[in-house]
Amino acid sequence: MSLSTTAEVEETKARNKQLIHEVLEAYPEKYAKRRAKHLGTFEEGKPDCGVKSNIKSVPGVMTIRGCAYAGSKGVVWGPIKDMIHISHGPVGCGQYSWAARRNYYIGITGVDTFVTMQFTSDFQENDIVFGGDKKLSKIMDEIQVLFPLNKGITVQSECPIGLIGDDIEAVAKAKSKQYDGKLIVPVRCEGFRGVSQSLGHHIANDTIRDWVFDKQDGKTSGFVGTPYDVAIIGDYNIGGDAWSSRILLEEMGLRVIAQWSGDGSIAELEATPKAKLNVLHCYRSMNYISRHMEEKYGIPWVEYNFFGPTKIEESLRRIASHFDDPIKEGAERVIAKYKALTQAVIDNYKPRLAGKKVMLFVGGLRPRHVIGAYEDLGMEVVGTGYEFGHNDDYQRTTHYVKDGTLIYDDVTGYEFEKFVERVQPDLVGSGIKEKYVFQKMGVPFRQMHSWDYSGPYHGYDGFAIFARDMDMAINSPVWALTKTPWKTAGKTEAAQAE
Amino acid sequence: MTQSATHVLDHFDLFRQPEYKEMLENKRKNFENPVAAEELERVREWTKTGEYREQNFARSALTVNPAKACQPLGAVFAAVGFESTLPFVHGSQGCVAYYRSHFSRHFKEPCSCVSSSMTEDAAVFGGLNNMIDGLANAHSLYKPKMISVSTTCMAEVIGDDLNAFIKTAKEKGSVPADFDVPFAHTPAFVGSHITGYDNVMKGIFEHFWDGKANTAPKLERVPNEKINFIGGFDGYTVGNLREIKRIFNLMQVGYTILGDNSDVWDTPTDGTFRMYDGGTTLEDAANAVHAKATISMQQYCTEKTLAFIGTHGQEVLALNHPVGVAATDKFLMEVSRITGKGIPEELAKERGRVVDAIADSSAHIHGKKFALYGDPDLCLGLAGFLLELGAEPTHVLATNGNKEWIERVQALFDSSPFGKNCHVYAGKDLWHMRSLLFTEPVDFLIGNTYGKFLERDTGTPLIRIGFPIFDRHHHHRYPVWGYQGAMNVLVWILDKIFDEIDKNTIVPGKTDFSFDIIR
Repeated sequence: MSLSTTAEVEETKARNKQLIHEVLEAYPEKYAKRRAKHLGTFEEGKPDCGVKSNIKSVPGVMTIRGCAYAGSKGVVWGPIKDMIHISHGPVGCGQYSWAARRNYYIGITGVDTFVTMQFTSDFQENDIVFGGDKKLSKIMDEIQVLFPLNKGITVQSECPIGLIGDDIEAVAKAKSKQYDGKLIVPVRCEGFRGVSQSLGHHIANDTIRDWVFDKQDGKTSGFVGTPYDVAIIGDYNIGGDAWSSRILLEEMGLRVIAQWSGDGSIAELEATPKAKLNVLHCYRSMNYISRHMEEKYGIPWVEYNFFGPTKIEESLRRIASHFDDPIKEGAERVIAKYKALTQAVIDNYKPRLAGKKVMLFVGGLRPRHVIGAYEDLGMEVVGTGYEFGHNDDYQRTTHYVKDGTLIYDDVTGYEFEKFVERVQPDLVGSGIKEKYVFQKMGVPFRQMHSWDYSGPYHGYDGFAIFARDMDMAINSPVWALTKTPWKTAGKTEAAQAE
Repeated sequence: MTQSATHVLDHFDLFRQPEYKEMLENKRKNFENPVAAEELERVREWTKTGEYREQNFARSALTVNPAKACQPLGAVFAAVGFESTLPFVHGSQGCVAYYRSHFSRHFKEPCSCVSSSMTEDAAVFGGLNNMIDGLANAHSLYKPKMISVSTTCMAEVIGDDLNAFIKTAKEKGSVPADFDVPFAHTPAFVGSHITGYDNVMKGIFEHFWDGKANTAPKLERVPNEKINFIGGFDGYTVGNLREIKRIFNLMQVGYTILGDNSDVWDTPTDGTFRMYDGGTTLEDAANAVHAKATISMQQYCTEKTLAFIGTHGQEVLALNHPVGVAATDKFLMEVSRITGKGIPEELAKERGRVVDAIADSSAHIHGKKFALYGDPDLCLGLAGFLLELGAEPTHVLATNGNKEWIERVQALFDSSPFGKNCHVYAGKDLWHMRSLLFTEPVDFLIGNTYGKFLERDTGTPLIRIGFPIFDRHHHHRYPVWGYQGAMNVLVWILDKIFDEIDKNTIVPGKTDFSFDIIR
């Protein structure tokens, strides 16, 4: 909801057009044309945001994107806590992603859980020349000796694996047989595959289908279901997000039988085909497996959004609509229970935040999902874009953004800097690579991947933290100090020295 | 519900509230198929035993929690030390996202670096077009003075030829023909980040001194009185290089810092984002050929670079990350010998102050056992300082150490009575270290942020010195070199020792004796 007048919106659109024109001028012609397709302005009533997406990044432009390995090991598989995930290839990939994503979990790390550890085959030249299959096989033997309580192993392929022709599937099968049907999952998530993290999510989803679900076919399980079983899909429990979501679902009377994949365990993944409903938070990274479970097991799935009270309320009702009256009443009970808290949070922070403008650039669901939370605090998102979104993400985004919002897909360092310089938002929400760029410019910033080491942001408990953090960023006294007082505006340093 | 709008509980406290504790316990019990408590306890205890250690040390294929990164990280570190230089990494783009994040998390600074974004088609046809387009785009957008090209393992496995690619890109007009594009092949499956640093440094000097890939005449060396200084891959580069400059200025030595990262990773927040700041000028990098000598602070970061420089008629000298009094003495005396400049009284006084500080505090450090891990040079420097303090560097471990390094560390142990019961481990990782800490406990552990997992498992207090440090702020702004650096390291160690003593004597009616106000 915006209070902007039509004239103001038209002005904004004209400014965006000019701004996009200006940044494109900095590119060589061929690539100005290519980048032009990724930059635009949302026009009310259009079915998407008017930008192309999920296309190869332009070389040399400082894309913010990662790779398929990051999507599989870093996002989908990595948080499954009782399995060991081998970063298969040279040492770096596992090293840079080691424990950095804040997928909270509980367990005895190194004994029965392994998330914040870096297991790697540390490829040497010999492994490239002669292949790494034997080494991989030996690694699994050593894991069995040293980490006997592991419940399974995944092989997260790094770039060289697919290039040197290793047969990790054969190794996985042989070793699984040797260890009495042990769960061993080979994942072909080499970093050069696809155009971003996104393909890694898809590949990882597919391996769960093929190596976890399909292996269960025909086996009996001791799982005893209830009519109220749901699985949380696509919540990575960053700073505890899945926990502050789970508590609400349980309070409304549902039984959460699995978390995918934050604080998740293999038992939970295996139980999921028994769910009555899959509730999907990060559509981008886990829509694949949700669709599969719908097709194969007939489990419906519903997207929800647990950022900010407006969307939480909407989501609780939408989830409840799949169940009978006691659950619907449960949803109303939960909404009522937290009313006082959310009102107090809004009363506390809205006066300090109302009217503030935000620019976002994040991955997954967040470029749209967090907009409601900002609006609950009276803030306005004036620009947003996806690191690795597809067109279906931009379609969904139309329900969140307002007319005239600046849209930038796979934004480059150059573009983002220029956009922020000109639009002058009160807050930028993006990642660690962007954080210090904008803070140097004197623009308040919050990391919206890691919650800047805070969180959770999901659920009612998370909303209080979100509000506090945004206030802390925008209203920090430090921003009053960024200008050197004896340097007056407009004068250069040289002029000062004269 | 315990959340409050006025006293907001975040993850530290929220999940300790009864409703969450109950929820998580039910999740574990009902859905996680947990390992039985007794079995869990049995295995947990078993991992602490000598028997486990034996099996742990017997592994030959698996690496767990290594203390090293890959070559391309060091390549980026080296490149940004030059004026307005944009590192360009040829290969998959995800790698670059990782290096940039890694450095930003340590230095709390932006890290600008681009990728040629190679994907499946490049894997089949080679990355020539990615190089051509990538150089053109990077040059147009970011207006660097130099683009330093290195590689990821993808480009290395498919065998892309940087020299030929860059030549072709220039012919196609990606960058002007005389634009500086030094390059180095930096395969991630050879060596570690320190190797990548070495390769890029060598590549840059090769470029400037030896005819810019056959596009310019080789430089004729005209010896002058200056010295070159190379810091190596160093998490304290900001503080260290500024301290070195101060020392050189005090000694009135003419110098060139080769690869000066001190400004680009310590830019001010004043309303302007500086993509480039400071750095060795390209002119200075070229003129470094004329210097009298080149001093490297880290031998294992500069093996090829120093060998290359040595063939150009200069004296080269490699130190091992000198920390402490004797190591700094040696450094200063070598600088003095090479340049003929005296060591000023001010530095002698600084030296005396560190010795004074050590004398004041040595009773608290004397005989304490330390475990230590990090890059090979850092380990040598810190182990030397610990011996100087009368402490025992009981376990010294470098995942990227080699046989020759083992001998160096052993020789260091042998040079001091405090080194008698100390052991050195090369090619081992932090899971090996875990076994060492359980089976041969020490009083303190020195290492990077990842050491906190060892601290949690084994109860060995961690003193954070190394790279990366993600969970403490701003230490990279302090030097660990020079006498001032020795003072900093001494204080960091002492602070931890005193904190531990207080922590262990803090329960009234139980351990309150020894809770002294004066120590």
